[in-house]
Amino acid sequence: MKKIEAVIKPFKLDDVKEALTGAGIAGMTVSEVRGFGRQKGHTEMYRGGEYTVDFLPKLKVEVVVPDELGEKVLALIAAAAKTGAIGDGKVFVTPLQEAIRIRTGERGESAL
Amino acid sequence: MTRRRVADSGRGWWGGAVAALLVGVMLTAGGAALAQDKPAEAPAAAPAAAAPAVAAASPADPLKTLEAKATDLKVAVDTVWVLATAFLVFFMNLGFASVESGFCRAKNTVTILAKNFVVFAVSSIAFLAVGFGIMFGDGTPLFGAQGLWFLGGADGSPATGEAYKGVYSALNWTGVPLWAKFFFQLVFAGTAATIVSGAVAERVKFGAFYLFSFAMVGLIYPVVGHWIWGGGWLAKLGFWDFAGSTVVHSVGGWAALIGAVMLGPRLGKYGKDGRVNPIPGHSIALGTLGVFVLWFGWFGFNPGSTMAADPGAIARIAVTTNTAAAGGAVAASVVAWLLLGKPDLTMILNGALAGLVAITAPCAFVSVPSSLVIGFAAGALVVLSVLFFERVHVDDPVGAVSVHLVCGAFGTLALGLFAQDQFSPGTTGNGLLFGGGTQLLRAQLTGVVAVGLFVAVAAGLFWSILSAVMGIRVPAEEELEGLDLGEHGISAYPEFHAAPAWGTGVAAPAVAPGPARVGTPAVERGR
Repeated sequence: MKKIEAVIKPFKLDDVKEALTGAGIAGMTVSEVRGFGRQKGHTEMYRGGEYTVDFLPKLKVEVVVPDELGEKVLALIAAAAKTGAIGDGKVFVTPLQEAIRIRTGERGESAL
Repeated sequence: MTRRRVADSGRGWWGGAVAALLVGVMLTAGGAALAQDKPAEAPAAAPAAAAPAVAAASPADPLKTLEAKATDLKVAVDTVWVLATAFLVFFMNLGFASVESGFCRAKNTVTILAKNFVVFAVSSIAFLAVGFGIMFGDGTPLFGAQGLWFLGGADGSPATGEAYKGVYSALNWTGVPLWAKFFFQLVFAGTAATIVSGAVAERVKFGAFYLFSFAMVGLIYPVVGHWIWGGGWLAKLGFWDFAGSTVVHSVGGWAALIGAVMLGPRLGKYGKDGRVNPIPGHSIALGTLGVFVLWFGWFGFNPGSTMAADPGAIARIAVTTNTAAAGGAVAASVVAWLLLGKPDLTMILNGALAGLVAITAPCAFVSVPSSLVIGFAAGALVVLSVLFFERVHVDDPVGAVSVHLVCGAFGTLALGLFAQDQFSPGTTGNGLLFGGGTQLLRAQLTGVVAVGLFVAVAAGLFWSILSAVMGIRVPAEEELEGLDLGEHGISAYPEFHAAPAWGTGVAAPAVAPGPARVGTPAVERGR
């Protein structure tokens, strides 16, 4: 199994979700996160003073898929989340040791 | 005594309305002979109309009866007007609570709301107990002395002028019951006290603010009020302040300034090199809502200060008030845009408030075009003032000093420039720009300076006493964690994890005794 974590621009969530569900991915987890990469932050103004917002709001999408689907899902996310501008985000893939479906106790890929 | 009077006038209103209508119809339709039957008919037509005036009037003199009824009716209408506008001013407490909590960080929301909430309760008690007596009791030019406690003095309301027999003669110009006078003045006192809250926000001890509010409404505010509205020395000098640019706003603003200076800036507001770090408020939406509420409440504040439903005056004052607010908002947006590169909404909001504060003193004495000029000037002034106080390291999270002190003083002086005798003959006379010379302006300046000195000294004294006795600032660690947990043990948004996007810079100064906890410990501890 592979765990794929994609940090994307918030407004790209629908595109990524549709790409994944279209490919038969049954579930995913989304969280609101903040961070920066090469984009760095941006400056905002408040009552005459500028301040830097270092940590920009992003969404993190987590999907766990069988090994053989890993490459395909990675490509789907990268395509769906892309605008071509700086700050599009990153996708990380890690091998996953175990999974369990809490309701039934199924384990491994059958739990996905 | 006053209580009974309230009941009487309530009954008299209905009786008066019905009887006046009857008399009017009969006089028009059938002439005097028919009208003379009225006393016999009226009870049948309106059994409840057993008002004393009807019984007392001679049946032979319908005009006298009509006059008495008209007077009753005027008292009733004026009382409804005064109370309705007072209720609007009460609503401004919500405005202040929203603006101040919105312009501060989420971790201090509870304590700001708590301050804004208790301050009106404190005001109600302090002003009832002694504030009103000091402000409006007959006495010396400096201090009211008679009927000091709990409005206990003799009172002849709603009689006016010479007919008024009582110890609150400074208010004998308005023909409403004493409790209406009290309530209207109370909501103003509450406003002055609540202004302080914003400037001392995010670091003042709740208990210190609580006690300061008692001193504010029980002593500082009513003394100044006595000078100006209570027949004191400034009133005799020819100083005018129609609805309180000085009495309410400057007084609140001075106490706020002294509090902010004595507390010092919030941690992280200024870098080691003196750099100004903005500390963004957590809800501009809440702040905007609050300013709308305040703008709305001002339609009670200014037009209500006629304390009589005088159609021409209240309509014009409503328009001068609104026009100044509009001018303030427009001027602030333009000035902020030019000066800062962006039309900063918090500046626009302060601009509208600046216009409102500035027009409060002159609203009844100036023309509508003048009110626009005053609003424009105040809106521009407030932006410069906010930037100025930031530079000189007076940390005022919501801009209360700039809005209320600076624009309150400006509005008071503007009265000396723009007043026109025609609007309220025999009061202010003409201001400098309308050929009245400098006399009025000099009186206004004297008032601004004298009130400033007195409030600065008195507020400084009370803040110092509190500082010595209990301390006025929370410990650094509590300030970093947020006062909501430290002062009240509750967070405003327990289901939200609030990490500021602008990071941890605010917690950086190593002033905290012991390890400063950075990030969002408030939420961790809250769970």
